[in-house]
Amino acid sequence: MAGEMKSGRSRLTQNILLFARTLRAAGLPIGPGKVIDAIEAVKAVGIGSRDDFYWTLRAVFVQRREQREIFDQAFHIFWKNPQFLQRMMSLLLPQFRYDRPEEEREEIATRLAEALQGDRAGGIDQMPVDEEEVEIDAAMTFSDRELLQEMDFEKMTSAELAESKKAIANLRLPIMEVPTRRFGADSRGRRVDMRATLRASLRTAGAIPLKWKSPKYRHPPLVILCDISGSMSRYSRMALHFVHAITNDRDRVHTFLFGTRLTNITRDLRHRDVDVALDRIGSHVKDWSGGTRIGHCLRDFNLKWARRVLGQGAVLLLITDGLDREGVEGLEDEMIRLQKSCRRLIWLNPLLRYDAYRPQSQGAQAMIRHVDDFRAIHNLDSMQSLADALGKATIRSERPQLKERRAA
Amino acid sequence: MASLPATIDAAQDLLKAGHYVADRSLATAVFLSLKLGRPLFLEGEAGVGKTEIAKVLAATLDRNLVRLQCYEGLDVASAVYEWNYARQMIEIRLAEAAHEGDKEKITQDIFSERFLIKRPLLQALEPDPKGPPVLLIDELDRTDEPFEAFLLELLSDFQVTIPEIGAVKAAEKPIVVITSNRTREIHDALKRRCFYYWVDYPDSERELAILRTKIPAAGLDLSKEVVAFVQKLRKRDLFKLPGVAETIDWTDALVQLDQVALNSGAIDSSLGALLKYQDDIARIRGTEAAAILEQVRADLAAEKAAKLLQH
Repeated sequence: MAGEMKSGRSRLTQNILLFARTLRAAGLPIGPGKVIDAIEAVKAVGIGSRDDFYWTLRAVFVQRREQREIFDQAFHIFWKNPQFLQRMMSLLLPQFRYDRPEEEREEIATRLAEALQGDRAGGIDQMPVDEEEVEIDAAMTFSDRELLQEMDFEKMTSAELAESKKAIANLRLPIMEVPTRRFGADSRGRRVDMRATLRASLRTAGAIPLKWKSPKYRHPPLVILCDISGSMSRYSRMALHFVHAITNDRDRVHTFLFGTRLTNITRDLRHRDVDVALDRIGSHVKDWSGGTRIGHCLRDFNLKWARRVLGQGAVLLLITDGLDREGVEGLEDEMIRLQKSCRRLIWLNPLLRYDAYRPQSQGAQAMIRHVDDFRAIHNLDSMQSLADALGKATIRSERPQLKERRAA
Repeated sequence: MASLPATIDAAQDLLKAGHYVADRSLATAVFLSLKLGRPLFLEGEAGVGKTEIAKVLAATLDRNLVRLQCYEGLDVASAVYEWNYARQMIEIRLAEAAHEGDKEKITQDIFSERFLIKRPLLQALEPDPKGPPVLLIDELDRTDEPFEAFLLELLSDFQVTIPEIGAVKAAEKPIVVITSNRTREIHDALKRRCFYYWVDYPDSERELAILRTKIPAAGLDLSKEVVAFVQKLRKRDLFKLPGVAETIDWTDALVQLDQVALNSGAIDSSLGALLKYQDDIARIRGTEAAAILEQVRADLAAEKAAKLLQH
């Protein structure tokens, strides 16, 4: 009897283990520690109702809101008939939404999921870059690079495009910094560091030597909204390379793509290798090179994401040509809200390459009134100058109204 | 000292005793975190009752509540401990005046517990006659990542290190509740150490139960109408959906206005208790509110008729 119970329990343990493995393969970051937790938790709750069992496992395994659906699906399929699942696993897995939770996930799982993910059509793959046609020397001379820097992305040949991609990858953002509320020791600081002072006073007799501190600086989060509609297609791909370079250069960067709808691609961009990252994006962004609905997408962003990613005084880069398919209704309101919820709103417009460009379209006019900065992004030079602008944009270039508010 | 719940039902009853209406999933998470001594990580929109859970736990388990409100720039000096510098200075001066030249002794004296100002996290590790306290780390998303990293040590070992004194370890683990409004993502390393629970808006049944518990002065009819109205409102495309806290506030406002049932005039004049963004208020006030109210009344009437038919 006792033996029977024991074997029953160990079978349960095994099933929990198997279930955890299924979840892991489906993209949830579950390590051995979590499995032990789950077994312990099930022991603590006892096996009464199916409901309790469900909530117990969920409390242990689900760590993000978006994991709930995967868990739910997996639970209902698995605990109906584990053997059935085992057979079906290979068929089932590709149906799970591929939602990569963190870069630290085990390598095996990534590869497994990738293998199961299957087709990866469209998107970046269609880039007109043909490896065999590249006739450029491996070692580029300096003047080649100079020439490249002036050239517009739209007029480049595919070989030049490939070369400029490489140049962009080497682009580094000097980091714009703002003071935080933390302090560090600084002999020229303006505040007395009491703790250090006291320690120092114990070392010497007589007068107390004052130690000083000053605020530490840190760059604010960067949020990038990039237009991928038809009119932007050439630039947006280059811009993505630029964004990828930034993402891997600093932390707290969030990136969204929009055409007719908004997609968060932050997690895809964290992949070190730019081609893999862009591949991923290509496979799950569906509105590539289509129309634009700027107003609609900005509204979406304001509603769903602004509070989550703009919380800590973020700098926002809006990469678009301001040409909207849907007219400008509501666009201005969304721009106002957007500008109010970030530290600085910088509009990058590839159309600025034409010296005579004036924001004439209704959309562009509605937008230009509510940005803090307006810059070109169409060749390497403009990207470099943008990088410089981001670096220099310290507290001094803060919005005038903010300064007024502070003075009041 | 009240004992910890032994089953999920007991956990649910415990929350109920503190006038908190919890569903089964929340009760499970609370039970597990109490039973296994893990922190409870509550995430959700503002006003869905995350902080309240910690307060209720402290009240019903008869423990002290130690609260750490997080903000940007929160550091060890205001979260864990700080030395009382002014008193230390005086102590040094006194020692010097008394010509006590022994440096070592002075150092030992002024870095003793007498001069230590204890902040919430250190307080939570102290032994308490009522039992280990409930430690509420509120709105963790407001702090920066370095503080989160600091919490990792505290939450896994329940121990902090003060260089001058040494490690302070809790004799008994406090009950830890962490809340987040998700204005940024909390790192997975921290979440891993906790039981995660997403606090959602309640369904109409639970919201009605909450309202009946919190504002008994409101009649059943008014409560039903309010809940139906708010539930419908949550399906709209609003900038900020009303939470349970707003529902309670609004009902309270309506009771103060001596309303026994919803009507357009009362809704328009008290909408500020429910919606907190001017855009939202402008959208809903007037015709839209009237339309929702119409629908609510029709639904409730249909429900009543169905009930009568059954009898």
